[in-house]
Amino acid sequence: MATYLEFIQQNEERDGVRFSWNVWPSSRLEATRMVVPLACILTPLKERPDLPPVQYEPVLCSRPTCKAILNPLCQVDYRAKLWACNFCFQRNQFPPAYAGISEVNQPAELMPQFSTVEYVIQRGAQSPLIFLYVVDTCLEEDDLQALRESLQMSLSLLPPDALVGLITFGRMVQVHELSCEGISKSYVFRGTKDLTAKQIQDMLGLTKPAVPVHPARPAQPQEHPSISSRFLQPIHKIDMNLTDLLGELQRDPWPVPQGKRPLRSTGVALSIAVGLLEGTFPNTGARIMLFIGGPPTQGPGMVVGDELKVPIRSWHDIEKDNARFMKKATKHYEMLANRAAANGHCVDIYACALDQTGLLEMKCCTNLTGGHMVMGDSFNTSLFKQTFQRIFSKDFNGNFRMAFGATLEVKTSRELKVAGAIGPCVSLNVKGPCVSENELGVGGTSQWKICGLDPTSTLGIYFEVVNQHNAPIPQGGRGAIQFVTHYQHSSTQRRIRVTTIARNWADAQSQLKHIEAAFDQEAAAVLMARLGVFRAESEEGPDVLRWLDRQLIRLCQKFGQYTKEDPSSFRLSDSFSLYPQFMFHLRRSPFLQVFNNSPDESSYYRHHFARQDLTQSLIMIQPILYSYSFHGPPEPVLLDSSSILADRILLMDTFFQIVIYLGETIAQWQKAGYQDMPEYENFKHLLQAPLDDAQEILHARFPMPRYVSTEHGGSQARFLLSKVNPSQTHNNLYAWGQETGAPILTDDVSLQVFMDHLKKLAVSSAC
Amino acid sequence: MNLNQSAPPVPPFGQPQPAYLGHHQSSYGGQPGSTTAPTSYGAYNGPVPGYQQTPPPGVSRAPPSSGAPPASTAQGPCGQTAYGQFGQGDVQNGPSSTVQMQRLPGYQPFGSAILAPVVSQPAVLQPYGPPPTSAQVTAQLAGMQISGAVAPASPPSGLGYGPPTSLASASGSFPNSGLYGSYPQGQAPPLGQPQGHPGAQPPQRSVPLQASSFTPPASGGPRMPSMTGPLLPGQSFGGPPVSQPNHVSSPAPQVLPAGTQMTGPPGPPPPPMHSSQQPGYQLQQNGSYGPTRGPQSNYGSPYPGAAAFGSQPGPPQPLPPKRLDPDAIPSPIQVIEDDRNNRGSEPFVTGVRGQVPPLVTTDFLVKDQGNASPRYIRCTSYNIPCTSDMAKQAQVPLAAVIKPLARLPPEEASPYVVDHGESGPLRCNRCKAYMCPFMQFVEGGRRFQCCFCSCINDVPPQYFQHLDHTGKRVDAYDRPELSLGSYEFLATVDYCKNNKFPSPPAFIFMIDVSYNAIRSGLVRLLCEELKSLLDFLPREGGAEESAVRVGFVTYNKVLHFYNVKSSLAQPQMMVVSDVGDMFVPLLDGFLVNVNESQAVITSLLDQIPEMFADTRETETVFAPVIQAGMEALKAAECAGKLFLFHTSLPIAEAPGKLKNRDDRKLINTDKEKTLFQPQTGAYQTLAKECVAQGCCVDLFLFPNQYVDVATLSVVPQLTGGSVYKYACFQVENDQERFLSDLRRDVQKVVGFDAVMRVRTSTGIRAVDFFGAFYMSNTTDVELAGLDGDKTVTVEFRHDDRLNEESGALLQCALLYTSCAGQRRLRIHNLALNCCTQLADLYRNCETDTLINYMAKFAYRGVLNSPVKTVRDTLITQCAQILACYRKNCASPSSAGQLILPECMKLLPVYLNCVLKSDVLQPGAEVTTDDRAYVRQLVTSMDVAETNVFFYPRLLPLTKSPIENTTEPPAVRASEERLSNGDIYLLENGLNLFLWVGASVQQGVVQSLFGVSSFSQITSGLSVLPVLDNLLSKKVRGLIDSLRAQRSRYMKLIVVKQEDKLETLFKHFLVEDKSLSGGASYVDFLCHMHKEIRQLLS
Repeated sequence: MATYLEFIQQNEERDGVRFSWNVWPSSRLEATRMVVPLACILTPLKERPDLPPVQYEPVLCSRPTCKAILNPLCQVDYRAKLWACNFCFQRNQFPPAYAGISEVNQPAELMPQFSTVEYVIQRGAQSPLIFLYVVDTCLEEDDLQALRESLQMSLSLLPPDALVGLITFGRMVQVHELSCEGISKSYVFRGTKDLTAKQIQDMLGLTKPAVPVHPARPAQPQEHPSISSRFLQPIHKIDMNLTDLLGELQRDPWPVPQGKRPLRSTGVALSIAVGLLEGTFPNTGARIMLFIGGPPTQGPGMVVGDELKVPIRSWHDIEKDNARFMKKATKHYEMLANRAAANGHCVDIYACALDQTGLLEMKCCTNLTGGHMVMGDSFNTSLFKQTFQRIFSKDFNGNFRMAFGATLEVKTSRELKVAGAIGPCVSLNVKGPCVSENELGVGGTSQWKICGLDPTSTLGIYFEVVNQHNAPIPQGGRGAIQFVTHYQHSSTQRRIRVTTIARNWADAQSQLKHIEAAFDQEAAAVLMARLGVFRAESEEGPDVLRWLDRQLIRLCQKFGQYTKEDPSSFRLSDSFSLYPQFMFHLRRSPFLQVFNNSPDESSYYRHHFARQDLTQSLIMIQPILYSYSFHGPPEPVLLDSSSILADRILLMDTFFQIVIYLGETIAQWQKAGYQDMPEYENFKHLLQAPLDDAQEILHARFPMPRYVSTEHGGSQARFLLSKVNPSQTHNNLYAWGQETGAPILTDDVSLQVFMDHLKKLAVSSAC
Repeated sequence: MNLNQSAPPVPPFGQPQPAYLGHHQSSYGGQPGSTTAPTSYGAYNGPVPGYQQTPPPGVSRAPPSSGAPPASTAQGPCGQTAYGQFGQGDVQNGPSSTVQMQRLPGYQPFGSAILAPVVSQPAVLQPYGPPPTSAQVTAQLAGMQISGAVAPASPPSGLGYGPPTSLASASGSFPNSGLYGSYPQGQAPPLGQPQGHPGAQPPQRSVPLQASSFTPPASGGPRMPSMTGPLLPGQSFGGPPVSQPNHVSSPAPQVLPAGTQMTGPPGPPPPPMHSSQQPGYQLQQNGSYGPTRGPQSNYGSPYPGAAAFGSQPGPPQPLPPKRLDPDAIPSPIQVIEDDRNNRGSEPFVTGVRGQVPPLVTTDFLVKDQGNASPRYIRCTSYNIPCTSDMAKQAQVPLAAVIKPLARLPPEEASPYVVDHGESGPLRCNRCKAYMCPFMQFVEGGRRFQCCFCSCINDVPPQYFQHLDHTGKRVDAYDRPELSLGSYEFLATVDYCKNNKFPSPPAFIFMIDVSYNAIRSGLVRLLCEELKSLLDFLPREGGAEESAVRVGFVTYNKVLHFYNVKSSLAQPQMMVVSDVGDMFVPLLDGFLVNVNESQAVITSLLDQIPEMFADTRETETVFAPVIQAGMEALKAAECAGKLFLFHTSLPIAEAPGKLKNRDDRKLINTDKEKTLFQPQTGAYQTLAKECVAQGCCVDLFLFPNQYVDVATLSVVPQLTGGSVYKYACFQVENDQERFLSDLRRDVQKVVGFDAVMRVRTSTGIRAVDFFGAFYMSNTTDVELAGLDGDKTVTVEFRHDDRLNEESGALLQCALLYTSCAGQRRLRIHNLALNCCTQLADLYRNCETDTLINYMAKFAYRGVLNSPVKTVRDTLITQCAQILACYRKNCASPSSAGQLILPECMKLLPVYLNCVLKSDVLQPGAEVTTDDRAYVRQLVTSMDVAETNVFFYPRLLPLTKSPIENTTEPPAVRASEERLSNGDIYLLENGLNLFLWVGASVQQGVVQSLFGVSSFSQITSGLSVLPVLDNLLSKKVRGLIDSLRAQRSRYMKLIVVKQEDKLETLFKHFLVEDKSLSGGASYVDFLCHMHKEIRQLLS
């Protein structure tokens, strides 16, 4: 089905959308029998260098409940200057500006190739970007120094009119006033006291007692530039000041007694940051960048006490319900995240510490606001430094690859309803005719807020076919979906990107082959994985696995070809063939398995899984393994222990880690120093090849992966060994001593065993 | 005077009296002729009081004659001087008692006395002649009388007097006073007496070598006590007729006439009188006044009318003529002068138990020989009754005014520091009293018996020393704690908080930067001053730099802390807005060493005024500011002091928020007390925390309107801090005063985190404490900070019998942290005598201290009782004291006589000043804040301060020759004493007025003000121009020296006669009737007499 693959790829490139099914079952009943829901992976701001934004505003359907945007799928009566909405069939007049249109003079949004159009809105004031640094000062001196430098460096990357602010915290929280000459000023808050937004604003002097803001009118930030200017200043004005201030940033001066953790008021600091922006720049794109070097140890949002002898919660504690601060802290951060999201501000967390820092509790801050979450060992590592630098990378137009305060609206034709979304978003709770009663992910709404997003931010959107079985759709009918994304571009423009797609309906009984052929197993795997991960946040791990297994079995039962009760007869068509394997690796992935991961790590992995695009997601589910050898050019090999051979160099990309593994022989050669001998230059090249490839990946990816270089028998080889399919273990005796690969010491089932079971269950009539 | 009155004497007196009378009369007769009343008084006085007053006049007038002798007397004339010398010795020593006698001899007095007498007499005579002023004359007479007692009061009561009798009475009264002559007191010692009598003086004096001049007369008689009896009669007789005239004259224009009269008669008659009288006198000694019955009756009647006095003024005086002559009543000026002359020259050696020290107004040196210097401790009485019954009967409060860290004149060494090493100071195991000179070593020095609780303790081996044959340790004189009254121990770690030696203290400057503070220029001024002032932080001993660290905070309704760490390029400001839950935002860099952070601090102080120059913030907080300072000290683990500069009522939303509750309608109602009470309990709680941390708060207030001093001063008050108030502060006018106070306050040596405990020997117990401190239990006085100006008044009560043999001991132990961070114990010991005779008590009292106690007692009373009740209580107590004396110590005499104990003859006048003070009787112009301010000020004043505060000093500047560089003799605080051709300076420790008479010579005006006429002088001027002439230099020099004597800078106000500012000035003429209804001295004396009579009957 090369055509389908091409079609899918083409669609993805043009619209940033991949559907699990590219031909849709035409009735609700059949759709549910398909097991994998009708859903799509959407990258709203996918980079489209070839798509210049149009400088006018979109034309909306006049029906108040619809307001769909004119698109190539609409029927247009050029003579009458009318167009029919393809969602509600309302007939609309073109606005006066469109008086000149005809078949040969079409506006871009009517051309088929412009299924995705970006509009620039000229109205409304533009507000500068806002960056609020929230910096932990309870760091070791060299860490702090590195952080200082990174922050200072970042100042030079910001657009000159961007507003910046600085909050530092340790035992206390300091909000720095940036416009002072001769003396540095800051407002200090106790780190143990939870303050309401109003209190914070009062204490910062942000409220104007004399002129009460009219309640009906949202405060315009422009109204009080003088007030906000104290804490948030255009970078070009206070560049020097801020650089000096950062340079003088001292470690938290309060003594930390032996056996104690430093008192770190992350919860209050974040609360103040949110309150500050809320009071000064509501509904304006802003980024709160939180840098932490350890867990919050006091005040609201504390994750662990300051006694070092009490370790921070582990998954074990959480299962035993022994994490005494977790619930309260989570609630605190959730509340903050929701407030930030409501105001369109996003929160980034840069956590660099050897131990956990409380990401589990704080994850909602980034997850709900579309912020970044970065986890490293130290601020003094290239991992952090480069990742941080990459935040400020620019696109081909010289604009930041970041957008703010977006809302994503989904409109569907009447046979479909939207069931929910999974990604870095919050519900805007907008009910409408196209909202399904069944929720998958964050549902019950047709609009979501994504406070911070970049060209790779990707959501999973789930739909429900609502067409009844007894009301067949005419042959050749198409279902349509429109994605409307309002956002603040990094150039401070307001923009709207509209993507309208349509797919054919098919009767699942008569045309199952069509539907089957149009299955996008990669998208489906990712979409199912997102559902699984979403569930895992609230359910017990084993339940999620069981659910995933059942879905897989049902899928195999539905689409497999087999003879009942004969596992060996089981076959899957090409369009499904990889799916079980994805599921196998997903089951083993850190997104669903918490064993060997701290709660923070789990949160970190899940965070990224829920926002990366399809390719990256797949890498996360099933890492890629390349093999380098003298036998030929580098080739991808099975993620299997059998691929681990003595004369190969392996490069594994798990998204979070890049592992270069030297086979036993290679490693010996390297130790012997052959690479330095002129006559073995080819060996040198062989060693170099994976490094170059790794560099390429390292350069492109955000966040920068952990780079691991290891060799046969090296302790860090565990990164590789834990990922590969354990086809050879100490349990399958035949593998022992053979030269076919490396046995893995594990009790995990291998893919083969997994498949055997799957087949057995799929063909069984019992379930 | 009264002192003398021992019971025994009485009888004798009785007899003598008659004789006396005779004398008097006769004499009077003669005298009267010329000067009526005065003379008569004189007569009395002659005997008694004579000394003081008479002398003065004599002096002034007689100068020439007095010449030689007078020198000393200068002012108070010979008579007085003589007295002083004699009197003091005698009086204090307890004239009557044998002991006294003995001592007396020792005293110089004798010699001098003798001389004096002779001289004085002549002088006196002359004076009379020359000195025209009736006042003087009367004074002389009165003086005599006065000394005796107050009697004079009666005159005013004049009302009653009305009738002829009154005259008699009046005269009588004077006489009495004369009688008092208390001299009589001196009685015991014949010597004393002589002085007493002005008229009589000559003879008397000679007689009485002893100090107690008064007594002398009595001397003859051991009868010393109340000579009153006798005198009275005399007075009445002779006096009456005469007196009337005097009275008359005095009230009105008479002055001149009187004077003349006086002069005439006095001269001649007195001498004779005296001589003759003397004998009689002696008998009468105490001489209350007007013994005669006639008078009495008169009195009776008058008083009724007078009754009103107590509370207020003005009994209408039906008969002007009858008025009591102000000159005839005891004069504070005279008493002070006498004491100064008699006791100022010789050092006061503290070796002997129960000695009454010279008055606080006298300059004297102290030699510590085992008892604490009076600069540290003064008692209301140095001879206390053995039993509580006696004490109750006498009603004389037993109190000590303790100033543990008093500053000493350079000639006196500060207490030695004793280091006992690790074992710490040696203490009694049972009562924990510290080793002192009174401890008895026994068993060859192996043990010692505690002088407080009699417990026998072992002497630790390292402290052992052999005893000499008298039972004294051989090393007694090598060890301060065995030979001195005051010394210090180095404390060991056991005496420290948390068993850790303290860190050096810190000063935190907390500056209000709200609109008001900025606009008035305060902030700029303050910051500028601090830059230099910080180089003068208190340091200990020879330390090169002060160990005190400093920190800075500014605030309006939020607080701004400053990081001034030396390593910073520029200061950092940290704003804390969470005033509801104050905390200190930084640790390192807040409290810094001044030298190290000099540059940053300077930069900060430069910037503070700039930063807030455009502030619009008018609201302030207060409690959070103190809390912040306290928390900062807590965080730094040190004690310290907060300097708060505050301008307005703290109305911003925060703990300790206050509302304006000033309500003048409450005055004179039962609710008046609420004006003195804090609005909220929050400040007490806060103060308690401050004390626990050793955080002392000094508050500088710059209010433009009501700021509720009563509430704001709670914390300073409870933490041992000071409050300074500069109403309507303006840089031009108040800069000097503020900066001077600030400098002094910052530089003065302070002890921190102090605990004071007063231990007493069995039989008495400290029961009540007054001052600026906090007490969490009934015995320990906790002071977050204590400086050399703060006193604690302690009241004692009996809980058992005392023993005359062993006396009573006080030991005041103060544990504190010095400004270098050293933990020390300062110990003051004082031994008092005990008596079984009330007369001994009355003879060893100190009125100034008594007033100090009573004022503090009353000022605390207003917190809980209506002001009227408080006033009545004071009057009643005073009347009881005097009545008890009259009943038990004075010789029997007519009830119409007012007889005052010599030591307490100023009690009525001083008490009247207390009653008239702003707190107890506010005038219309006195604000609620002023009252609260004064109330808390007085609470920690020492005796010298209360003395001048209640009875201001009024110094004539142009009376004495310009070349005379000594301080001019003071005059009594009454408008009558002002002559419109002179310039006067008035000071009370807080205020300083320069009063310019309307007809001052142009030349004087020119040389003092640099303008050509009186009308060109700017009223309200606060600075005298610097002019290069003798007068200007002298006046400015005098002003400077007055300021130097006081703990607060007194702002000068120039008041022109007849100017509207004069009302303010007149408020301080405390012998006059005040606008707010305070009684005049004379009126009050009458009222007091009435009260006494009621008690007696």
